[in-house]
Amino acid sequence: MNPANYLILSALLFSIGTVGVLVRRNAIVVFMSIELMLNAVNLTLVTFSRINGTLDGQIMAFFVMVVAAAEVVIGLAIILSIFRTRRSASVDDVNLLKY
Amino acid sequence: MNTVPWLTILLIVPAAGAVVVAALPRRHATLAKQLTLAITLAVLVLAVLATFAYDPDKAGFQFGQSYDWISTFGISYSVGADGISLVLMLLAALLVPVVVLSSWDEVDGGGAGGGRIPAPTATPDATGGTPGGSAGGPGPAGDVGEIGAAGEIGGVGGVGGIGGVGGGSGGTAVALAAPAPAPARPATVPPVETRGEAETHGRRSVPAFFALLLALEAGMIGVFAATDVFLFYVFFEAMLIPMYFLIGSYGPVTEQAQRSYAAVKFLVYSLLGGLLMLAAVIGLYVVSADNLGHGTFDFATLRQMEITPGVQKLLFLGFFVAFAIKAPLFPFHTWLPDAGAQSPTGGAVLLVGVLDKVGTFGLIRYCIPLFPDAADYFAPMVLGLAVVGIFYGALLAIGQRDMKRLVAYTSLAHFGFIALGLFAFTSQAGTGAVLYMVNHGLSTGLLFLVVGFLVTRRGTRDVGAYGGLAKVTPVLAGVFLIAGLSSLALPGTNSFVSEFLVLVGTFTANKPLAIVATCGIVLAAVYVLYLYQRTMTGPVVHEENRVLHDLGLREKIVVAPMVALIVALGVYPKPLLDIIRPTVTATYADIGKSDPAPTHPAAAHPGAAHPGAAHPGAAHPGATHPVATQPGGHS
Amino acid sequence: MRVDPVLLAATEPGGHPIHYAAASGVFSLSWLLIVLPLAGAAVLLLGGRRTDRVGHIIGTLAAGASFVLGLVLFATLLGRDGDDRALSQHLYSWIPVNGFQVDAGLLVDQLSIVFVLLITGVGTLIHIYSIGYMAHDPARRKFFAYMNLFLASMLLLVLGNNFLSLYAGWELVGLSSYLLIKFWEDRPAAATAANKAFYMNRVGDVGLALAIMFMFATVGSTSYADVFGAAAAGVIGYGTLTAIALLLLLGACGKSGQFPLQSWLPDAMEGPTPISALIHAATMVTAGVYLIVRTGPIFDGTQAARTVVVIIGAATILIGCIIGCAYDDIKKVLAYSTVSQIGYMFLAVGLGPAGYALGIMHLLAHGFFKAGLFLGAGSVIHAMDDDQDLRRYGGLWRYMPITWVTFGLGYLAIIGFPGLSGFFTKDRIIETAFDKGGTSGYLLGSIALLGAGITAFYMTRLFLMTFHGKPRWSAEGPDARHPHEAPVSMTGPMIVLAVGSVFAGGLFVLGHSLQDWLEPVAGEGVEGVHTFSPLVLTLLTLVVTAGGFAGAYLRYQLRPVESVARPDAEVSLVTFAARHDLFANTFNETVAMRPGQYLTRFLVWLDLVGIDGLVRGSAAAIGGLSGRMRRLQTGFVRSYALSMLGGAVLVVGALLLVRAG
Repeated sequence: MNPANYLILSALLFSIGTVGVLVRRNAIVVFMSIELMLNAVNLTLVTFSRINGTLDGQIMAFFVMVVAAAEVVIGLAIILSIFRTRRSASVDDVNLLKY
Repeated sequence: MNTVPWLTILLIVPAAGAVVVAALPRRHATLAKQLTLAITLAVLVLAVLATFAYDPDKAGFQFGQSYDWISTFGISYSVGADGISLVLMLLAALLVPVVVLSSWDEVDGGGAGGGRIPAPTATPDATGGTPGGSAGGPGPAGDVGEIGAAGEIGGVGGVGGIGGVGGGSGGTAVALAAPAPAPARPATVPPVETRGEAETHGRRSVPAFFALLLALEAGMIGVFAATDVFLFYVFFEAMLIPMYFLIGSYGPVTEQAQRSYAAVKFLVYSLLGGLLMLAAVIGLYVVSADNLGHGTFDFATLRQMEITPGVQKLLFLGFFVAFAIKAPLFPFHTWLPDAGAQSPTGGAVLLVGVLDKVGTFGLIRYCIPLFPDAADYFAPMVLGLAVVGIFYGALLAIGQRDMKRLVAYTSLAHFGFIALGLFAFTSQAGTGAVLYMVNHGLSTGLLFLVVGFLVTRRGTRDVGAYGGLAKVTPVLAGVFLIAGLSSLALPGTNSFVSEFLVLVGTFTANKPLAIVATCGIVLAAVYVLYLYQRTMTGPVVHEENRVLHDLGLREKIVVAPMVALIVALGVYPKPLLDIIRPTVTATYADIGKSDPAPTHPAAAHPGAAHPGAAHPGAAHPGATHPVATQPGGHS
Repeated sequence: MRVDPVLLAATEPGGHPIHYAAASGVFSLSWLLIVLPLAGAAVLLLGGRRTDRVGHIIGTLAAGASFVLGLVLFATLLGRDGDDRALSQHLYSWIPVNGFQVDAGLLVDQLSIVFVLLITGVGTLIHIYSIGYMAHDPARRKFFAYMNLFLASMLLLVLGNNFLSLYAGWELVGLSSYLLIKFWEDRPAAATAANKAFYMNRVGDVGLALAIMFMFATVGSTSYADVFGAAAAGVIGYGTLTAIALLLLLGACGKSGQFPLQSWLPDAMEGPTPISALIHAATMVTAGVYLIVRTGPIFDGTQAARTVVVIIGAATILIGCIIGCAYDDIKKVLAYSTVSQIGYMFLAVGLGPAGYALGIMHLLAHGFFKAGLFLGAGSVIHAMDDDQDLRRYGGLWRYMPITWVTFGLGYLAIIGFPGLSGFFTKDRIIETAFDKGGTSGYLLGSIALLGAGITAFYMTRLFLMTFHGKPRWSAEGPDARHPHEAPVSMTGPMIVLAVGSVFAGGLFVLGHSLQDWLEPVAGEGVEGVHTFSPLVLTLLTLVVTAGGFAGAYLRYQLRPVESVARPDAEVSLVTFAARHDLFANTFNETVAMRPGQYLTRFLVWLDLVGIDGLVRGSAAAIGGLSGRMRRLQTGFVRSYALSMLGGAVLVVGALLLVRAG
């Protein structure tokens, strides 16, 4: 199969993730969109790894997964505690950290 | 003698002193004062000894020392003195003890320090403030220093408490405690009010104040002594810090907002200049790396370097703006009136007397020899700014009502004269300008001191609050007049010699500018005498002025050396001229400038009776004949 | 000091060499002339109240000692050869900077010794007078200290052997004058007058300073010997020489109260009367005349500058005379009379070598009679409880006979009564003015003649209104006056000066004694062709003077004098103008003071709003900008995400662009 198709797919996934981050208000959905973007990147890395015949990209993908896992843990914890105090998971409701 | 590391000692003594004094607990205020005075006097003695050890006829730097500091970048700790820096160090070493003594009671209002106010006992109302002090209980009995006359202190000495509940000792302390609203208030103030404001004093640490003075002295000596451009820059910036705190923390008590404004303005302005200079310093390093193969900050090496004119101009501007801000020259001056007005008296004396000289010192030490082509190129601009500054400063001084601001503006005019002399590129004007730096430190320093005495007594800087004081405080008025006359460069005072040298030297190089600048001496008379008229003459219009006391013993001791030097240097300036002249002459000779020869020299007539002919050689070592020196001296 | 005489190589065109021998013997003490009064001043000022009780004695002794030393020097000079009377003493090197070598040095010669005698002689007399006059002033010690300071400064001025020493004396004299005018400094008028005097003097000083700079730039020296040598040898260009001369003249006008810098002198009468006599009549204000005579070699080379001198002299004669007629304040009238008399001296010295000696002669004679007149006026003012208004005097001769006689002699001397000193000296000036020849000669001569007539008028008016006529004061009532004769310490000096006023002129003029004495310095006065024969001219002058006298006699003796001056609205335009100093003060105010004030105010505003505004403005701009930029941090995560996306797109776009390019 043409490796370019994988790249197109990952570009599509990344775009979907980006739009999701930008337009959705629910923190959980935003979070999922971010995961989608990360995984789109992972797909790209693996594809290039395949194209170039080296393992670099695959290793990078592992790193991304580890970071993503850590991020999920922390991120969900934060979202949960915000939800507990505010009874809301909308990102537009939490804008206290500003000028 | 030349093996003694004079400059390093001069640097270390006040620096170490600053650390020691800063470490003192704040209740040892008197000890801090005495220690500071002892240290600064020691520095003065050392500086004088160094001056004697200095050989004016030897070329180059003396007392030189050099140790690697950051060898990767060619930075070293190198110090050395030439005629110009030596006299300025001497000036700094002289002014600091004077300032220490004049600030004796300024921080703690005489309360915590055992009430070292000599004079109030002489005036009938002196005891009026006692109730205010009684709240604090008797002061420490052992607090009698070596300076104030013990007998005079007697009645007031024990009044203040340790906590700084001072202020109860007559005019001075009251005035200090309540500057701005004071005019309408009688000399004796209800105890409650006094205490409230005196507690503000209590929060000001006395040892810290004196430690800052010592740190400042170390910085000033360092900046003059450095012969490594980077080291110079470090000291240049380091001086700002103690001064910033002196203004910000020890300015007028009641003008919290204004004094922090002034302090920040001073700091930011100077830092801006410093930043430009840093860029130029780094540029200099890069150029030296290109030219010599290895980068260096060593002044003597950099001086020999040929830099392309375009680069010179850029680097010159970097240094020049920093120095023009520091000096300050028009139009970079607006920080000075604020800083001058908001400094404690001692701070103002050092700020205008020595700190600002770093700017003009930098012009002749760095700008001119390092970038001769650029100096030549920019000279018309600098001369123009200088002449504008002379008139601008004078006119603004005439228009001021705030006495400290007024004195600050007179300095602007004086710095105009100095810059004029430096950039006229004749040995007379240059020597005059360097001498002017010293003289300005003395005369304006004394003027600030006297104004400080007035403000301390009366609690306001507004000229309108004074008038007719010559009858009430004749000695104060006399010293004020002497300082003023020195400021307007009356013959017989020190400033005349320098101002005339600047003008005559400029005249030989650039007649129109010199003629215009000379007209500025009329304005000098106006701002000095108009101020004197408004403060000292006429009837006493404000009743509270009638009870002001004249100079006390401590204050007399403070002004005496200044007055003596003002007169002595006016009558016999030769010793200083002999130190300054060779260095200045060499500096200009180095960049290929020589004094214009007279158009119709008297010597053209055989056996012309130059007065020197009556005492051949003896009177003018090294320069027996006006013309003979011209071509030979500056080849 | 070395004894070998130093010759000035440059010779005058006439081939007359100038000798400046090194001072030796008693002349090596000439510095004491200055130091004695200076020490007196120092002791009195530093001694403080401790010297209050002996202050006047110390001061007078210092002045007297200086006078005695001056006499000794004079006597020794008399004993020397005519060509060997100029002695230069080098004291120390004052300002040595490469080509600019200024020594502190003194020059005792025929000209300076004459001034030394005048200054210390009249000075000592006035010290003695002041003992009585200031007896009740609590600050008498300070007064004597300042007077001593003045003597020292003035002696430095006339004794310096280079222009910078002269300049130092010049400005220090200004300082002493300032200190003494504002002696009663709790009077605002005195303080203002003192400041005005100092400012206007400073304007003159600028001229002198610039002249010195010109000299240095041209000759490379500021010593008399070098400068005069070069000037006399004719090596300095005419333009430069004229510029130097005119600048010197500006200095002279400032110090001598000549047009256009005359208006400070009448105001200076705010000072105590002995000061008016010593400084503002006899000595300091004549410094300008000294300067011009001293710098004769420069003025000799430039006819243009000399013409300006005579114009200024002539103009000032008329200004002084006209205003002198209008004032009712006894001291102001005398002040304007001083202005016009110095005008005569300027006129004389502007006429060239022929007039130098005449100018000096008139100066010396004037020193006697004007000092005498002022002391007399002081005695009158003292007697009338500090009232200075002529219109409230009258008939005083009966009460103060000694003052009347001494003042009268001075008065006769100034109007040129035959045989008295003014007669000799002023006559000669008028004569020389006519002798100048041509239209200008007639014009100048006529002005001088007219001045003599007006002088007779206003001095007679002054004299009659003060001492004669009916008393316009009363011995009773709230304004009671009890005129009385002054104490001996005051009348003594007045008598001495009156004797001087009578005989000085004759002593100087008859037998050419002073002219011969001054000849080596002032040059030989060439006897010109007489326009009128001296006898005719003398008679003419006497007629004009008698006319002035008669006018005043008719108006102020035969008709009663009002005790209150008529208001400005009722007097003629001339009187109105004269009462307002011919609008000199108005002119100064409109041209210099007001614009200066506006400029100052404008600059204060500019500095605050413009320059500092720029500084604060840039600070505020940065602050404001930060404030705006801060708003970008909204706190909405999604807008951050959008900006990140935008940034990423930008970077990618830029990369693609670079790739494509």
